[in-house]
Amino acid sequence: MIKAKEISKVFGNNTVLKNISTTINTGEVVAVIGPSGSGKSTFLRCLNLLEEPTSGEIYLNDKKITDKKVDKLVVRKNIGMVFQHFHLFPHMTVLDNVTYAPQKVKGLSKSEAQKIAKELLAKVGLTDKENAYPNRLSGGQKQRVAIARALAMEPEIMLFDEPTSALDPEMVKEVLDVMKDLAGTGMTMVIVTHEMNFAKEVADRVLFLDDGVLLEEGDPKEFFKQPKTERARDFLDKVL
Amino acid sequence: MNLDFSQIVPYTPFMLKGIWATLEFVIFSIIIGLVLGTLLALCKITKVSFLKWIANAYTSIFRGTPLILQLMIIYYAIPQLTGYDIPIFLSAVLTFGLNSAAYVSEIIRAGIMAVDKGQMEAAEALGVPYRPMMLNIILPQAIKNILPALLNEFITLTKESAIVSTIGYLDLMRRAQIVGADIYRNFEPLLLAGAIYWIMVFILTKIGQAIERRLRQGD
Repeated sequence: MIKAKEISKVFGNNTVLKNISTTINTGEVVAVIGPSGSGKSTFLRCLNLLEEPTSGEIYLNDKKITDKKVDKLVVRKNIGMVFQHFHLFPHMTVLDNVTYAPQKVKGLSKSEAQKIAKELLAKVGLTDKENAYPNRLSGGQKQRVAIARALAMEPEIMLFDEPTSALDPEMVKEVLDVMKDLAGTGMTMVIVTHEMNFAKEVADRVLFLDDGVLLEEGDPKEFFKQPKTERARDFLDKVL
Repeated sequence: MNLDFSQIVPYTPFMLKGIWATLEFVIFSIIIGLVLGTLLALCKITKVSFLKWIANAYTSIFRGTPLILQLMIIYYAIPQLTGYDIPIFLSAVLTFGLNSAAYVSEIIRAGIMAVDKGQMEAAEALGVPYRPMMLNIILPQAIKNILPALLNEFITLTKESAIVSTIGYLDLMRRAQIVGADIYRNFEPLLLAGAIYWIMVFILTKIGQAIERRLRQGD
């Protein structure tokens, strides 16, 4: 469970997040949507402290992680993240990408890490790409490797920052399918996305952000059928 | 035209020993330059302004003054100020190592800056601590990009090493001068020395290209 309590984030003169409070429960899949520049990604990045909130608190399983004394690295071990632009390590093979962090961070042996990695790569359908370097993969394959890499740390929560936005249209589905499977396993997920159908179908809850404010949150079916705010109606009219 | 290489034949072993004399301190200098240069580069990219200031000041001083002056200062000033009679070899290694570090730090800094910021974020998001992140993720990518620039620095260092002849270090250059003075013919020993420098740089270039090919296998 991860809880944000009145978090705000200011970059220079620009207030990107304004007093956002919400709780993401264990096993819940939450989609974060909203126009570009609304602060969705910043919100997500605050959850694993890639961005430090200017004010407010974040709790991971009731432990305050915005505390200065808390080791960010320990927090991040439990929170996986998938980026829009994959950020695979280009000088490592697919298998090394997936086994690196479990070995370095969790101290697993090479064979233990490889066992986990191979299971995960099989799960995302890339067993045959084990020894390939990332630049030999398509965007969809890269993103699936990135998901496997994050999962190899066996995190409690997975964060997805527009995981399909940089993909060619025909590769979106393979990534979303992997995410759907993951949601089916009961993984806690927070997904910043522009894939409204995916949000509608997979998410348990939708957060709608606009201009740094959490304007609406609720059940996806209700939200997409009948958004409460004018701003959300506008947005949905444009994207659907 | 009265070139007569037969006269330097007896001196060839003496001159060839200069190859090792030069290589020996160039290798040490390169290692010092690389290690110190990397540390300085890391200081330059931290958020700790004190470290940044030190590293920038260091670079400014060592890039802003002539190498030969630095060599003289280390060789003559250290004994005068501290009473420690610094050996020629140590002066040479120190000067070239410290000087090279200034240049190497700029090259490596540029290399690190050129690595996609997302790489660092990806490593951070996985909980990878700073040291392994730098050593395993960032620096290997940086070094691949800066290898040509780094190789250039090593080549410059190898050639500029001839300056140590001015403090009497028996390197290749100095030996060529000694032979020249001995046989009253300068052109032949200098030409031989020149050829040897060229071969050393040629080999260095080939090694560099081989490393570059190896590092590029991921592309």
